[in-house]
Amino acid sequence: MMFGNCDDSEPILAVEGLTVALPKGADRALAVDAVSLELRRGEILCIVGESGSGKSALTGAIMGAPAPGLRVTGGSVRLCGKELTKLSERAWCRIRGNRIAMIFQEPMASLNPSIPVGQQIMEVFELHARMRVSERRERALTLIRSMQLPDPERIFASFPHQLSGGQCQRVIIAMALAMNPEVLIADEPTTALDVTTQAQVLKLIRELREAQGHGILFITHDFGVVAEVADRIAVMRYGKIVEMGEARRVLTQPVHPYTRELIAAVPSLTPPSSKEPVDGDGAKTVLAVTGLAKSYGRVHAVNEVTFALERGTTLSVVGESGCGKSSLARLIVRLTEPTSGRVDVNGKCFLTLQGRELRASCRAVQMIFQDPFGSLNPLRRAGATIARAAMLAGADRRTARARAGELFDRVGLPREGLDRRPSAFSGGQKQRIGIARALAMNPDVLIADESLSALDASSQAQILQLLCKLQNELGLAILMITHDLRVAAQISHRIAVMQAGRIVEIGPAEQVINSPQHPYTRELLESAPGRGLV
Amino acid sequence: MTARYQWLRSLARPTAAIGALLVGGWLLVALLSHALAPYDPLHSMVPLLTPGSRGPAGNIFWLGTDSLGRDVLSRLIYGARTVVVVATVATLTAYAVGITTGLLAGYFRGRVDVALSFFANVVLSFPVLVLYIVIIVALGASAANVVLAVTFGSAPAIFRIVRAITIDLRGRDFIAAAITQGESTWRILLVEILPNSSGALIVDFCLRLGYSAITMGVLGFLGLGLPPPTPDWGGMVNEGRTMAFAFPHLVLFPCLAISSLVLGLSLLADGLRQPPGRVGRAG
Repeated sequence: MMFGNCDDSEPILAVEGLTVALPKGADRALAVDAVSLELRRGEILCIVGESGSGKSALTGAIMGAPAPGLRVTGGSVRLCGKELTKLSERAWCRIRGNRIAMIFQEPMASLNPSIPVGQQIMEVFELHARMRVSERRERALTLIRSMQLPDPERIFASFPHQLSGGQCQRVIIAMALAMNPEVLIADEPTTALDVTTQAQVLKLIRELREAQGHGILFITHDFGVVAEVADRIAVMRYGKIVEMGEARRVLTQPVHPYTRELIAAVPSLTPPSSKEPVDGDGAKTVLAVTGLAKSYGRVHAVNEVTFALERGTTLSVVGESGCGKSSLARLIVRLTEPTSGRVDVNGKCFLTLQGRELRASCRAVQMIFQDPFGSLNPLRRAGATIARAAMLAGADRRTARARAGELFDRVGLPREGLDRRPSAFSGGQKQRIGIARALAMNPDVLIADESLSALDASSQAQILQLLCKLQNELGLAILMITHDLRVAAQISHRIAVMQAGRIVEIGPAEQVINSPQHPYTRELLESAPGRGLV
Repeated sequence: MTARYQWLRSLARPTAAIGALLVGGWLLVALLSHALAPYDPLHSMVPLLTPGSRGPAGNIFWLGTDSLGRDVLSRLIYGARTVVVVATVATLTAYAVGITTGLLAGYFRGRVDVALSFFANVVLSFPVLVLYIVIIVALGASAANVVLAVTFGSAPAIFRIVRAITIDLRGRDFIAAAITQGESTWRILLVEILPNSSGALIVDFCLRLGYSAITMGVLGFLGLGLPPPTPDWGGMVNEGRTMAFAFPHLVLFPCLAISSLVLGLSLLADGLRQPPGRVGRAG
């Protein structure tokens, strides 16, 4: 497709020496440091980087809307040869949503919850084009149809909360494409989605690019996703682009050490050959779950789940959001009470314990949480948090302090950090504190509830290594709750696949990954992004 | 400066600084009233002197005297002590009740929450003034009963704030972590939850201290405050009311005193509310 005033030879979007300054006192001076890149017609350029690399600051600057506190201090952005950085806010309004459109990470948060989505798409036409209402409606319906959404009329009249996350994200893509923009900026558009939905949305984005010839700037932290969609890749770190090139070349022959590090941090989908339980004589069951169920009215969140976990082994429970895997974890540690079923810890029934008795035996099963920001008391110093856990396990004040220091060494944190509050630590470090807190209780079973999902790839790999190391040293049994088959493949002895509250398949990791029996397991495996990559 | 003392930095803002100055000033006056007051606040001298006039002995009455010949300035100064002590005690007891019930309701939810919330709503739906009048008329006018009335009137609002914050914090993972580690419930409430709600509560405390001062003024004006002849700002306005046109100083100065104290507390609360400028990070 031809765009009005843009000829085919030049890049649609040309960024040159773009520099964005951070406010004084931030951890570095520049959020974006002299970045230059070109986006061609019909191309997907992936910008990959970890959190804090400046990738969102870059897109904000390109859109002429830097985040509060940030300032564009130099460089140029040209759309079809026309300089954008000097434009007035008024002129920008004619470009944003019209010639450059944006898709955000959280589909639900990007839609107005009290207006039907069809109306919201029509609003884009109202802003940027003169059309009759009937024509707007027709165009909105056509867009919904082109997003491969079922029953366009029904979707048109639905409110965001009546749609799934994937459907919402499609509606947002439809809104972004409404005015047929030259440039589409997608900021982590699939991060909040389940793998199977993610695979569908990525496919849709690829097809759109081929059919319409938009230039797409795709921001992500996930190399698997990159391998799925990118034509070219730019790797960002500390505000600079460290490597840029054709996708195949960057993925197979990365030049910059940081790119190599990032690609190496993506866990492989192939399980390491025959993982042995840590404890040779093993086979001692520390956690046995039998027929565990939790229902809310007619909804069965967890339905007749049965499994056993032996000392020194790891069982991963894999499934998509809402399948009941986190509920399962919370049932086992008794954060919620089950409707029926049995949990035995070290051969003793755990569910009937009450009050003081429960407090005395909860030591054996400890949990690491998902959100590193929410799992530590923001006012407590790290050392005090860990020491308190040690005291609850029976240590006196002095031993508990010493133990906090030892555990800090064990999880690889510098001892100076003992006196700092959580805000002084990075996400990965906070997760280490969480692990140290759990270890302070001398647990037999460690439950990790999506403990890696909020972390960057490199810290994810480190925490994964740490967990394996701890398992080797302490003979821990680990119950890993995760949505990520790659993580499960790497760490597990056995894998259980959960769907709609039930375990549909359970077996040795190799068997589940290499010869999946259940159709749902196969679907999950096929949806894993970047299967060709590693 | 560490995070704990960060709020002190907010005193550097002009609104907060003015607020702190007014409140601090009145605090000093309350503390040193015996040294600052030129006369005995209960001693009758020459009645109804205008501000700045001299008595028979040549001594000067800066703010004049009231109908019983008592020095208005001295009564204002001693009145500061009354209002600071009674309003602070009343607000503190209201907080004690509000925090305890709010933590329990927010943490345990269920029946406890339903019962406490219902009771709080009943009290809140009453016109506060009627409530005060009922309590004081039934129990008699005294400092203790003023404290009781204010507690009764403001505890439900504090209950609501604490309950909302507790419900939010209850869902955080660090509370789940404490539970799975066998931490006792009262420790979770007092060590994990309460300190994390202190930011909002400190601001509210300043505002509510102001409300309590106003309430005392209102009660005094209605003749339901501290029994005479205790120097009490609201009571002074009430006594001067009938002669306000002829002798405006009887009403004007106590009113200025009340409003400057309340204004100071509001400004202080406002200053504490805005978090000091945060340093950004690259996204």
